[in-house]
Amino acid sequence: MIEPDPRPLPWLNATLVGIAPASARVKSYRFRVAFDRPMRAGQHVDVRLTAPDGYQAQRSYSIASPPGGDGTIELLIEGLPEGEVSGFFDAVAAVGDTIEMRGPIGGAFVWGPEDGGPLLLIGGGSGVVPLLSMLRHRAAAAPEIPALLLYSAREAGEAIAAGELATRARDEPHFDLMLTLTRAGGRRIDAGLIAEALERLGSPRHAYLCGSNAFVSAVAERLVEAGLDPSLIHTERFGG
Amino acid sequence: MSTRGFTGRRPPEATRERLPPGQYLTEDFPVLQIGPNPRIDLATWSFTLSEGSKPLKSWTWDAFNALPRTRWGGDIHCVTKWSKFDTAWEGVSFDALLADAGIAAPTDFLLAEGYDDYTTNVPVADLAGGKGMVATHYDGAPIPPDHGGPARLLVPHLYFWKSAKWVKGLRFTKRDEGGFWELRGYHMYGDPWREQRFTGD
Ligand SMILES: Cc1cc2nc3c(=O)[nH]c(=O)nc-3n(C[C@H](O)[C@H](O)[C@H](O)COP(=O)(O)OP(=O)(O)OC[C@H]3O[C@@H](n4cnc5c(N)ncnc54)[C@H](O)[C@@H]3O)c2cc1C
Repeated sequence: MIEPDPRPLPWLNATLVGIAPASARVKSYRFRVAFDRPMRAGQHVDVRLTAPDGYQAQRSYSIASPPGGDGTIELLIEGLPEGEVSGFFDAVAAVGDTIEMRGPIGGAFVWGPEDGGPLLLIGGGSGVVPLLSMLRHRAAAAPEIPALLLYSAREAGEAIAAGELATRARDEPHFDLMLTLTRAGGRRIDAGLIAEALERLGSPRHAYLCGSNAFVSAVAERLVEAGLDPSLIHTERFGG
Repeated sequence: MSTRGFTGRRPPEATRERLPPGQYLTEDFPVLQIGPNPRIDLATWSFTLSEGSKPLKSWTWDAFNALPRTRWGGDIHCVTKWSKFDTAWEGVSFDALLADAGIAAPTDFLLAEGYDDYTTNVPVADLAGGKGMVATHYDGAPIPPDHGGPARLLVPHLYFWKSAKWVKGLRFTKRDEGGFWELRGYHMYGDPWREQRFTGD
């Protein structure tokens, strides 16, 4: 049973406290922000930028950090060359800036230990971000729940948090990583890779897919063809 | 409060007037849904008007397509911030459904229900009087599965999460009951021009 939260979702001032590279095109932005409600792994925030004359632009960004934490959250934003909001973050934003945001938002693409496993996580490009929050949460709160991340990036340098994911795959007995690169003779997520993931993980209790529209549509079809019950498949689309 | 160093990429004046606050114009047609596309067989497809648990009238695909057709063209707005201009839809108006069923709306509210178990609430007043339809065609062709085909609700003046994809029926309710997203923090009504994205907006 879902209990709706009757409270309005306020705009909050978040302070940018850290910027670090996360892949060739993605940077990590850490914000100090005090949400007025608990967060679940997989949720996002809405970010709002305002020009001096009042013109505003808003976009959504998934939260990469796990629930709990120290009063900060991490966003991982891919700087798009012509992007109005991501371009601002890439070229202009600096530590100390105040940015308006509200959240956490989203109640369908979320996971917690009470939801159980095994967990099949499939991400394309920056679509790995909410899955990273789930993996970080799982490692801290329920490391015995089996999880497999099938992650598609264009090339090795574009894989987000590649070092962290490799370390987790090495050190966490119930976490398995499959990285596939689509450029330079690489392979898209096809029936064969899905079959291999299901073979390695066993039958998933939940599948979470996130990435561009085209990526999510294609992979969702493959999962249904592979026999997964559609009601176990959760999707989040970043657009594009 | 203005954001240090942000100037923005402003759309031309004419575009800006058509964009509700917080929206940006897109040329493609993004997709938003909670899971995979449901498999729908037109041979067993049906559309049902009901009141609570009581069915009032059902149509098969053929019977549905024999109903009078209506068209609507204009701009649509998604709560995830994209807007798309000059979209063209065709289908069966809510008024025509009631007329064919030989009934007046029994209550003031309803829940649209999808084949994927999605639900969303819409006031009857926002569908009646030519405001809403069950659409089967987009841009002159059958609506593709990604966009909710074979049939989706179209309530173009509200955020697009109200235009339930793969719709299988409309269920009249006594009270205004929240649907899938409304129970998860989205606004009960969803007027883009008043920027009603979340509860309390
Ligand atoms: C729930 C959700 C979560 C998300 N989470 C993340 C996340 O964790 N990380 C992330 O990076 N993104 C995420 N996104 C995507 C994000 O919200 C933005 O869509 C993305 O950052 C692009 O916004 P932008 O303002 O930079 O680009 P926009 O200005 O909106 O442009 C979008 C695209 O159009 C191109 N474009 C823009 N203007 C022009 C032009 N004049 N001519 C040609 N091309 C043009 C841009 O290059 C870009 O490819 C998420 C989206 C959703 C819905």
